[in-house]
Amino acid sequence: MAEANLNSAAQVVTLKPTKGWLGIDLKELWHYRELIYFLTWRDIKVRYKQAVLGIAWSVLQPVLTTAIMTVVFGILLKVESDGLPYPVFALSALLPWHLFQLSLQKSSISLVGNANLLTKVYFPRVIIPLSSVLAALVDFFISLVLLFITMAIYKIPLTWSVLWVIPLTLLSVLAALAVGLWLSALNVQYRDVQQMVPFLIQIWMYATPIVYPITTIPEGTFRYIYSLNPMVGVVQGFRWAFFGGSPPDMTLLISSLAVLVLLVSGLFFFRRMEKTFADVV
Amino acid sequence: MMDSDLSILVRGIGKRYKIGATQQRTDTLRDLITAQAARIGSSLRGKNHRSDEADHIWALRDVNFEVKRGQALGIIGRNGAGKSTLLKVLSRVTDPTEGYGELRGRVGSLLEVGTGFHPELTGRENILLNGAILGMHKKEIEARFDEIVAFSEVEKFIDTPVKRYSSGMYLRLAFAVAAHLEPEILVVDEVLAVGDADFQRKCLGKMGDVANSGRTVLFVSHNMSAILRLTQDSIVLDKGKVLLRAPSSEAVDFYLNRGLSKLGERFWEEDEVPVSSVPFRPLAIRILDKTGQVSDSVRSVEPIRIEIDYELTEDVTGLRVGYYLFTTRGEPVFTSFDIDSEELFKEYTARPKGIYTSRCTIPPDTLNEGRFLLGINASSYGIRRYFQDDQALSFSVDASGAPGTHWPEPRPGPVRPVLGWEIEQKGST
Repeated sequence: MAEANLNSAAQVVTLKPTKGWLGIDLKELWHYRELIYFLTWRDIKVRYKQAVLGIAWSVLQPVLTTAIMTVVFGILLKVESDGLPYPVFALSALLPWHLFQLSLQKSSISLVGNANLLTKVYFPRVIIPLSSVLAALVDFFISLVLLFITMAIYKIPLTWSVLWVIPLTLLSVLAALAVGLWLSALNVQYRDVQQMVPFLIQIWMYATPIVYPITTIPEGTFRYIYSLNPMVGVVQGFRWAFFGGSPPDMTLLISSLAVLVLLVSGLFFFRRMEKTFADVV
Repeated sequence: MMDSDLSILVRGIGKRYKIGATQQRTDTLRDLITAQAARIGSSLRGKNHRSDEADHIWALRDVNFEVKRGQALGIIGRNGAGKSTLLKVLSRVTDPTEGYGELRGRVGSLLEVGTGFHPELTGRENILLNGAILGMHKKEIEARFDEIVAFSEVEKFIDTPVKRYSSGMYLRLAFAVAAHLEPEILVVDEVLAVGDADFQRKCLGKMGDVANSGRTVLFVSHNMSAILRLTQDSIVLDKGKVLLRAPSSEAVDFYLNRGLSKLGERFWEEDEVPVSSVPFRPLAIRILDKTGQVSDSVRSVEPIRIEIDYELTEDVTGLRVGYYLFTTRGEPVFTSFDIDSEELFKEYTARPKGIYTSRCTIPPDTLNEGRFLLGINASSYGIRRYFQDDQALSFSVDASGAPGTHWPEPRPGPVRPVLGWEIEQKGST
């Protein structure tokens, strides 16, 4: 793709075929920051248009899922929950999970959904999956209030370790972006991807300690392999940040490394594929 | 690095498409797997799959040109000549396969108005969003907000979701945003083909302003009069190659006269003609330009010839062969038959069987610019209609050089005659 010298007064844009693998151009991305903002804003605005309950859905969804899980897993199947009340146990995992799930759903179809933009105007393509991930973040922040309410109800004290939520949220956003980059680019060429995503999300949810505690997974090598799922570290970290207990230590480290690998490879793959987006989408 | 007075420089740009990659929109994994399997299968059988060139087409090949800053360049060519691909490469939507180019300054493209409009958002919200997509900064959009709204004439509905707009309002708003974008290089593709006559006039006027304000404009259009009005120089594209770069008037002449526009001819196969037509059998109808070339695009200022070939399988009495001329909107312009004149009417009371051509010339300065439709009719008045086809052939008329084309406005009405005018001063005050 063309490289723009964005600093000089008269910007000169070069057109030439791109070859090989390219990294991401952060300077250019910064130049387009307003577009990132507007596309994110559009996604948020549009999501709950003509819905009576509007943004309240971002709170209702985790509440309803928590209720279902509490009935099925907490009451009927009596799954253990690290000594926490089951609703608190489930909700603390569901919030970051919902963030991840929504980001992934939206970003994987984002390029195809914005085909008219891809074929008409130039801008760094990575903005599209990026802004759909960012839009999901707003829902997450609203739903976070729920967790504090629940903690108050169950009289669970708040500690400084709650601040860990910030890097953990960032980690789950990056994880969703990483997978979103792969899937959105693949979906441009193979629409099978968007058929696959719902199943992928389902499998992924059961491969994450949401309905069951991580202690169910045997410690040692198996736990390490299990932690390659980035959401394991995030969910485990969330529970620890709010309720204490076993810190995520190695789990979180492995999960972070997995995100890093996915993200870097995702960026390169995306840049590799993006020059053909306009021709095949 | 190019000279500083150049705005665009293009060297040997080529774009190759894989055949099927663009048409076959839903490539699925299954397709990929079966294709791979077929390839492995054929290589196992020793057949080497090396039809690489055959699987690809060059939409552009070895395109070279440059545009000076502040110049307006027209791009002419028939459908499929590579115009849109060229604009896509220049606006960086797609990468060239080969070659090199430089653009100085921000490129704004009006490849399609309303890009990125979201039906659920209000007019106000869409202006902000669309502006950002077209590369405007928030401050710029806000500074021009009122101007954009005024130009679009949708003030009253600015806080209504655009899905409730009429298509006209939608287009006006979309064009208004795009027109107020102020890039150093503006790329325009056929935006004027939309909207009603009034709005088209407004758009054309705005385009003229842009071209006159010292910005570089690339303008693609099928409307030769618009090309002549808005551009100084033009390039003629055909099959992905630049055939000519010349002052626009020369380039337009070259394009129209070289018959690059697709053939204005229609043949009837035997099975296309109903049995009820016997003894009349239409063979062909064609449009010829001044030089006798068959052409789909003729000029208003030159004579236009229409020929109808037909066969009579028996002698026919009182036959008249002629055509109806319609605009593409279906308004009749006129009707004419080959024995309309007194002499021919007396001479051809009966025609013996044989093959005929009825030939008609529309005198210069008759038709206005636009697309017209020819319907054919063969009948014996008060006795029988043998054959009728209301949509036998269509053709375009180009008004360049016709009266009044020095003003940048389309003129309503299907005819554009040269009329006698006198101006008389009745004294001075």
